[in-house]
Amino acid sequence: MSDPNEPEGIVLTEAQKKSRRQRSIAIALALGVLVVLFFAVTLVKGPAVLRRPL
Amino acid sequence: MSLVDNRAIDVAPHVSEAGVGDYIALLKPRVMSLVIFTALVGLMIAPVHVHPVLAITSLICIAVGAGASGALNMALEGDIDAIMSRTANRPIPRGRVRPAEAVAFGVTLAFFSVLTLGILVNWFAGALLAFTIFFYVVIYTLGLKRRTAQNIVIGGAAGSLPPVVAWVAATGSLSVEPLLLFLIIFFWTPPHFWALALFRSDDYARAGVPVLPVVAGADATRLQILLYTIVLVAIAAAPWLLGYFDAAYGIASLILGAGMLALAVDVYRCRERSTSLRATRRLFAFSILYLFALFATLLVEVVLRTMMTLVG
Repeated sequence: MSDPNEPEGIVLTEAQKKSRRQRSIAIALALGVLVVLFFAVTLVKGPAVLRRPL
Repeated sequence: MSLVDNRAIDVAPHVSEAGVGDYIALLKPRVMSLVIFTALVGLMIAPVHVHPVLAITSLICIAVGAGASGALNMALEGDIDAIMSRTANRPIPRGRVRPAEAVAFGVTLAFFSVLTLGILVNWFAGALLAFTIFFYVVIYTLGLKRRTAQNIVIGGAAGSLPPVVAWVAATGSLSVEPLLLFLIIFFWTPPHFWALALFRSDDYARAGVPVLPVVAGADATRLQILLYTIVLVAIAAAPWLLGYFDAAYGIASLILGAGMLALAVDVYRCRERSTSLRATRRLFAFSILYLFALFATLLVEVVLRTMMTLVG
């Protein structure tokens, strides 16, 4: 019978946990920049943000 | 036990250890810096006022689009990169990032860069950025790179487009000025790349990439470098000769062109191994400085012109 305290599935190493955390922070920052960009352009353009010439 | 069960046991799930640095390396930061700089010049010479927020947005989108192209290029060239000493340390040959992960990364960045440029700036610029990425990844990397010695000549169009995308982002239309910038980078690319290929030809031969020195030989490449440099110097003077820029730019383009031409002649004449290596390395290094200085001159002239208009 297996040990009930033993974690199931994949157990990440410390290096894998660290790199995953780094990647998650980078994705969060990139999404943050995207949100700020859209917000800033909306402020700059005002209602004209909906007019996008081809 | 069934075959399916065995497979389930054998295939261990992959957990990446790739860090942020590996993904940044996939973006080809050095190429990206040149793309940002040439795009900045394309944006600045446009005869319209661009709000700084829109200018920064355009530059970020163009930079990310270029990075996406780099990531997709590396995903598709992992086998070549592993063989060549210059590229063996890239994240995919080192096993830090899997090709599928690089594809996912590149496609995501390409999608968001094009969409953001289209929504926030204009769709003409967004479409042109999409075309640039498509050209670099599909036409150059998948189509030309492993098939023809003219790969860099035709493929160079992708690297020449960023200032055009930036101009279109600023104005919403095309004009002669950005096309001149396109032509300058287009004719600069072959001598720049072939100088590198000359002193890295063993690498390319081992990887089976048909670059000009491998296919046609060193002497034919030296001649082509010289011919393309002559055309480059003439094209680089065109913005002045056609009256788009002042004599200051014209003089700078001629001085820089004379330097580039002298080094190309040097490469053509020096055929002994020791002198030839030095000549090609010097041309390669100077060619980077040449393009940077040429575009910096355009930038300075535009800034000075704007300041004088504001003062006057």
